[in-house]
Amino acid sequence: MNDMTPFATTLKDWETDQEVRWCPGCGDYAILKAVQRTLPQIGANPATTVFISGIGCSSRFPYYMESYGFHTIHGRAPAVATGVKLANPDLDIWLVTGDGDGLSIGGNHLMHVLRRNVNMQIMLFNNEIYGLTKGQYSPTSREGTKSPSTPLGSYDHPARPAAFALGAGARFVGRGFDVSKNLPEVLKAAHAHQGAAFIEIFQNCVVYNKDVFDDFAQPKGAEDRQLWLEHGQPMLFAGGTQGIALDREALRLKVVPVTDGDWQSADVIVHDVTNRSIAHMLVEMPFGPFPMALGVLYDDPRPTFEAAVAEERVKSSAGKDTNLAKLLGKGQSWTVGDNAADPVSTRPPGQGEPGAADPR
Amino acid sequence: MATQAAERPLNSAASENPEAVVVRFAGDSGDGMQLTGGQFTLSTALAGNDLATFPDFPAEIRAPQGTLFGVSAFQINFGSTAIETAGDAPDVLVAMNPAALKTNLQALKPGGLIIADTGEFTKRNLEKAKYAANPLDDGSLAKWQVLAFDISAQTVEAVKPFGLGNKDALRCKNMWTLGLALWMFDRPRGPIHDWLNAKFKGKPELAGANIAALDAGHAYGETAELSGPLKQLHVEPVESAPGLYRTITGAEAISLGLVAGAQLAELPMFFGGYPITPASAILHHLARLKEFGVTTFQAEDEIAAICAAIGASYAGQLGVTSSSGPGIALKGEAMGLAIMTELPLVIVNSQRGGPSTGLPTKTEQSDLYQAVYGRNGDAPMPVVSARSPGDAFECAIEACRIAVQYMTPVMLLTDGYIANAAEPWKVPDPARFEPFPVTFLDAPNDGDNLLPYARDFKGARPWIKPGTPGLMHRIGGIEKAVDTGHIDYSPSNHQAMTDARVGKIAGVSVPDQDVCLGETSGTLAVVGWGSTFGPIHQAVRRARNRGIDVSHIHVRHIWPLPANLGELLHGFDHVLVPEMNTGQFKTVLRDQFLVDARPLTKTSGQPFQIAELEEAIGKFFDGIPGNEGGEVDANLQQLPTPESGHDDGTLPRDLRLHHDRDN
Ligand SMILES: Cc1ncc(C[n+]2csc(CCOP(=O)(O)OP(=O)(O)O)c2C)c(N)n1
Ligand code: SF4
Ligand SMILES: [Mg+2]
Repeated sequence: MNDMTPFATTLKDWETDQEVRWCPGCGDYAILKAVQRTLPQIGANPATTVFISGIGCSSRFPYYMESYGFHTIHGRAPAVATGVKLANPDLDIWLVTGDGDGLSIGGNHLMHVLRRNVNMQIMLFNNEIYGLTKGQYSPTSREGTKSPSTPLGSYDHPARPAAFALGAGARFVGRGFDVSKNLPEVLKAAHAHQGAAFIEIFQNCVVYNKDVFDDFAQPKGAEDRQLWLEHGQPMLFAGGTQGIALDREALRLKVVPVTDGDWQSADVIVHDVTNRSIAHMLVEMPFGPFPMALGVLYDDPRPTFEAAVAEERVKSSAGKDTNLAKLLGKGQSWTVGDNAADPVSTRPPGQGEPGAADPR
Repeated sequence: MATQAAERPLNSAASENPEAVVVRFAGDSGDGMQLTGGQFTLSTALAGNDLATFPDFPAEIRAPQGTLFGVSAFQINFGSTAIETAGDAPDVLVAMNPAALKTNLQALKPGGLIIADTGEFTKRNLEKAKYAANPLDDGSLAKWQVLAFDISAQTVEAVKPFGLGNKDALRCKNMWTLGLALWMFDRPRGPIHDWLNAKFKGKPELAGANIAALDAGHAYGETAELSGPLKQLHVEPVESAPGLYRTITGAEAISLGLVAGAQLAELPMFFGGYPITPASAILHHLARLKEFGVTTFQAEDEIAAICAAIGASYAGQLGVTSSSGPGIALKGEAMGLAIMTELPLVIVNSQRGGPSTGLPTKTEQSDLYQAVYGRNGDAPMPVVSARSPGDAFECAIEACRIAVQYMTPVMLLTDGYIANAAEPWKVPDPARFEPFPVTFLDAPNDGDNLLPYARDFKGARPWIKPGTPGLMHRIGGIEKAVDTGHIDYSPSNHQAMTDARVGKIAGVSVPDQDVCLGETSGTLAVVGWGSTFGPIHQAVRRARNRGIDVSHIHVRHIWPLPANLGELLHGFDHVLVPEMNTGQFKTVLRDQFLVDARPLTKTSGQPFQIAELEEAIGKFFDGIPGNEGGEVDANLQQLPTPESGHDDGTLPRDLRLHHDRDN
């Protein structure tokens, strides 16, 4: 995100006149609302906000946001966004991608935008399926997913988006899900982060992969299956009766019971968003034996790519002549004809011929 | 041109003032041949000759000394008339060791002069060059004139007063040779003295030694002329327009042209690239020009490079990307996005031999179909092609102009030959180019409404920078509704938008086609594009000197074609299209103008030779019907070839101690 003066808007200001075309009940609607709710809260200005997406159901997102928007091509949104940001670092960029768009065809670009740390928010809508192309399995589909292209069930091992992002060098990794009331808080934290902020958002594709996240996302029993992380707070869930601790022998996480709120004696870990080792364990923490880790898993900013580019320009331009006419005549040159006008040294600052009108 | 020297031996009286001469310096890659060639080029330019060069260095960074594949050569063609090619075959070959002789000998004209350093023709070096016997002694060089003497010893002797070690002393050999060449062609030594003094500033003994070697080589020429085959030649200066000149390669010219184009458009430039031979040089040049508002971005692949450039254009800069064939193929889908979103973009294709990895370091013109037709959907895009290093400067400006005035991607075609070759260039005054400043839309263009796809009289939509208050809108690759730009798949809308995109490009204003040599109608038009300019021009000139009715037409605007071109071609009885491909431009001309264009093709990775083109022209006038056009075979006389021992990637494994660098 960028430092900017807060701009007063309401949720309504962020809605476009375009008919939203997702299937009824699709999780994308909830994410759209969460984003439209978040932007007024952070004082975002529609004129300097740009939503950039690839291709997929999720990537239709920009059409529904009353801001600038660019619906690009499959998988390439990170590259387009990098160019936009370098050309105008004042723009506040939100990237929208899917599990296929971001991790299959666009995995390479996603890796590099994270590694370079281009300042933007990257929302990956993970529905574990190719929605737009009618339900083929995706790189995040669980083993055994039956789909038109895997009628007997898939057998490749799924990619884990948060682990991928962290491995690629991301300095912010967050997680949420479509209907969660906490999603705007995660988005706000991502926006506050200076640099590439990666947010995995579990999204329910009600048509091709219905309710695959219900085991942790459905409201009933959510307490027991969701671990909402907060910086400086102990990693507690199940109403504070269970916590996450480090198994020091095995060097991995374990679930520990907490009695009477005494998490200290249970050795429950206090979350530190700047601790990369903890982040690595959290993104690898398997759901099932553990709750689903949600919220801000990691947040430790580093200088951004666009800042480095700007700095290099200043450094490499310092004291250099920017007269194009001189540049053209640089190197080993010679003059023909005695009284030929020397087009370089006799040139006025407007770079015209001697005596020529200043073009500006 | 090199003819006169070619047709008569160098030492005959008649050739004392030849119109043009071709000299090739060849030695070990450690011998400093490129440096010698570069300085000789400069002194030639200073003497007022027109010139063209062809540097040919090995694919290895440091090949083992004395080996065939470590040979580095530099060819220069200079003369008193306009020179447009690096020449066919050399008149003079300077061979600094046996390997250099072996790899370059086949190219030398019969009767040409070999200058060889006997000091390097040792048993060991002969073995490395796979010579069973010393060619200087065994009579195998009878076809040529040979001047063989111990340049190594002469050099060591000349630099003795400076107290250098033997190794350092021998390093001055290239300057000794340069001195001899300067004498041969009656060139002043002063500029080289100045250059050496500047180069070895702070190391006076090295400056002194090199200057002494240079002077000794020069003095040797004077003495040796008394006997032996060495003769001093004077090549008259060419009549050049007064002004400031420099030598320039195509890659430099494109980089400078892009900078100039961005300035004329009053825009910062964003350049996205991914390394590939021979396109990388443009990325390298621009990376050093940040102070001119240039941002260079080395992307993770060619797709990201073009996509980032599109993003930058969307945000209001001039997006540029560059690659060669394989990378251009990867960019195809994104070009479609730029066409659909109607954003300006310049795509530079430095063509090389294909398909696939093909011939990374060899030149070809085989991406013309790819440029004109190579995208999904009806995706028209302007294509401009450069004919020479200097011309590439103007073509780059032209590509920028079309891109911003018509809100479209534009492809600029160049090739490996243009990219690497150098020629003298009259430094243009940037103020002479008409500026084409861009205006961005800053308020609604339809009352209170914004119509992002409303078109101006040229068919171009407005350029709207994100960040502009009140003009928020969405664009993308899905078909757009007329004017509003909303998503619209309806049949009539797609018809209307397809027509609008095609019509816009068809209407791009391009200058009328001129005839660069000959009449505007007649018996035969030789129609070329790109780097074949030099050989075609020379061949047509020679044919015309013999009274043949032939004209040369060279097309810069490949798409859309100049409006008058069809009529112009129909004014000739025959049309011959020489191309370094299987006849791609010929097909476009036939399609667009229903003209019976005949192909003359060459796909050996080598540029056309003048003689090959002269022969092809002659067939239209020999009275034998039906033999016009055809195919030019690979020519083993032309360097570089693996047959002559040069490693262009085909040398047997055991001779290669390295990996290919140039893919
Ligand atoms: C180059 C290219 N290949 C394939 C497609 C077809 N395609 C469109 S969206 C998509 C997958 C989308 O999956 P995901 O990113 O998970 O998005 P979702 O629809 O699930 O939100 C594919 C394969 C395309 N548009 N472009
Ligand atoms: S297919 Fe799935 S992801 Fe796509 S809109 Fe429908 S429910 Fe949503
Ligand atoms: Mg998906």
